[in-house]
Amino acid sequence: MAALLQVTHLVKHFDAVIAVDGVSFALQQGTCFGLLGPNGAGKTTTIEMLEGITEPSSGEIHYRGQRVNAGAAREAFRNDAGIMFQSTALQDFITVREALEMFGRLYPRTIDSDELIQICALGEFLDRDTRKLSGGQRQRLLLAMALVNDPQVVFLDEPTTGLDPQARRNLWALVQRIKAQGKTVLLTTHYMEEAYELCDEIAIMDHGKIIAHGSPKALLAEHFDEVVLQLPRSDILGPIENLPLKLKVQDDIVEILSSDINAAVRTLLAHDVSLAGLQIRPRTLDDLFLALTGAALRT
Amino acid sequence: MNLRRFLTVLAARNREFIRDRSALGWNILFPVLIVAGFAFAFSGQPLDQYKVGVYAEAPLQKLATVKEEQAFFRTSYIQFIPVVRLDPAIIKVERHQLDMLFDLDNGHYWINSDSPKGYMLERVLYGAVIVDAGGGNAPVAVESGGYQRQTVSGREIRYVDWVIPGILAMNMMFSSLFGVGYVIVRYRKNGVLRRLQATPLSAFEFLSAQVVSRLWLIMAISIMVYVGANLFIDFTMFGSYWNLLLVFSLGAVSLISMGLLVAARIRSEELAGGILNLVSWPMMFLSGVWFSLEGANPLMQKLALIFPLTHIIDAARSIMIDGAGLVEVSTQLVVLTAMSAIFLLLGAVLFRWK
Repeated sequence: MAALLQVTHLVKHFDAVIAVDGVSFALQQGTCFGLLGPNGAGKTTTIEMLEGITEPSSGEIHYRGQRVNAGAAREAFRNDAGIMFQSTALQDFITVREALEMFGRLYPRTIDSDELIQICALGEFLDRDTRKLSGGQRQRLLLAMALVNDPQVVFLDEPTTGLDPQARRNLWALVQRIKAQGKTVLLTTHYMEEAYELCDEIAIMDHGKIIAHGSPKALLAEHFDEVVLQLPRSDILGPIENLPLKLKVQDDIVEILSSDINAAVRTLLAHDVSLAGLQIRPRTLDDLFLALTGAALRT
Repeated sequence: MNLRRFLTVLAARNREFIRDRSALGWNILFPVLIVAGFAFAFSGQPLDQYKVGVYAEAPLQKLATVKEEQAFFRTSYIQFIPVVRLDPAIIKVERHQLDMLFDLDNGHYWINSDSPKGYMLERVLYGAVIVDAGGGNAPVAVESGGYQRQTVSGREIRYVDWVIPGILAMNMMFSSLFGVGYVIVRYRKNGVLRRLQATPLSAFEFLSAQVVSRLWLIMAISIMVYVGANLFIDFTMFGSYWNLLLVFSLGAVSLISMGLLVAARIRSEELAGGILNLVSWPMMFLSGVWFSLEGANPLMQKLALIFPLTHIIDAARSIMIDGAGLVEVSTQLVVLTAMSAIFLLLGAVLFRWK
């Protein structure tokens, strides 16, 4: 199937600094694609080049097979794209309703406003000044503004940054609903759990390059055949170096990496380690990132 | 140019301005306060009269006597001030606080040899002596050195009449430069422009909407200020209101375009504020808002011509005070049109959303 959006060898440098270094990927219709990475990895620059906000230094972007660098193809892409920035200010003294109406009138095609209000749960504060919205309400408004033109492809740049867990979950539900409508979503985030929850496909970026690319499950399977056994440090009475296991200590937690849980547990029992505090968890995208970059997420 | 998008942005900007009560109030109140202040300050006696101290044992009675006997003391536009102590009055002449001082008891007078006003008063005194010698009925030809006297009459052009066009234009200047330039920099800094860039809206549509929005707001406010100030000052207007409207409209466009040019790329409000001040303050002082540049350094007069405000004020004064028509102010109209085109073109070319 031909890709809806095709990115090829995208490069962006700001003077001597290379922010994006030869990024290529493709978005399939109706999927959610996640760009992951720490701050400064090049996610936002990449998504801004796709949105047409930043000009690439080199490389190509094709939408439905057409290069979108200028002219009618860019105009068509603009009309089909919904964009939610990481941070956006609106004009002062404008209500939620007016903001939606204003942005709607900038596009030739708009979604039914009642449907939009219902999808994004904006009904309760339609006539409220946008400066008086809570963080979650504001993000829902910005998402609604991104959807106002009934877009085919939706760009969400760190949509849940700064939100409390409940508001974050609410927004995830909204993104799932957008996906269910057959829209294509490109999401950047540095929350691995968010990517795992929402994305069909992810690309992990660091220092401007994509260092891993695939579905979350496939990537985890590709890179890990181990699970993690976690124990409180205090449960291990003897010297930790005496345990013949692959392990690491983080604060007061000892993590044991093993592909054979039974063997690992037998070894622990043989060394008189209490299993009262034992927890077993699968490998996560956080682990994958650590494994690939050798550094903790720089949030 | 998509008219629907243009009108949408225009409406949004108008709404923002009108709802910002403090900014709106200040835009209206500020020029009214200035005009009212000037009307108050320059009402009553004119400030440019001469001041002559009169010392005597009983100065009031003595002054009444000499007014009957000597023409000089009946001269109009000279304020005669009775003084009771001679030495402090002499010091006032030294310091130009009095232009002349008479000791009527001893027949002396003092002037400051460095004072132009003292010089003029002394010449008036000499002339008055000739009038007195003719018994107050000397032939006109003698009094005026052979020149025949002709008279005209007309309404006085007060300072407030002269300064009103400048104040209206100055208010336009601040509203245009800061109301457009500063707002665009704020939009750019907080990301409003970036969000708009992500829509099909073009830079030309956005900038045009800003110009038109500010233009009609400025014109509406200027008309309100004009009418309101005229109610209690009753200032001079000899020309056509339509011509004045044309001059102010064109002037406002040139100033708004200048604001757009300043704000074309700047991202910092502090820098924008500094540059706008750098532009507006020289304009305010060199464009003839408060005082005429006639007689000033010719280089300064030439320098003032680079400012649109100079041409706006010149044309507005010509219309309001001299009753000039469009032909008489055509030079200023052409210059303002050219400036508007250049500023707009440069502003559009240099404009960056981010």
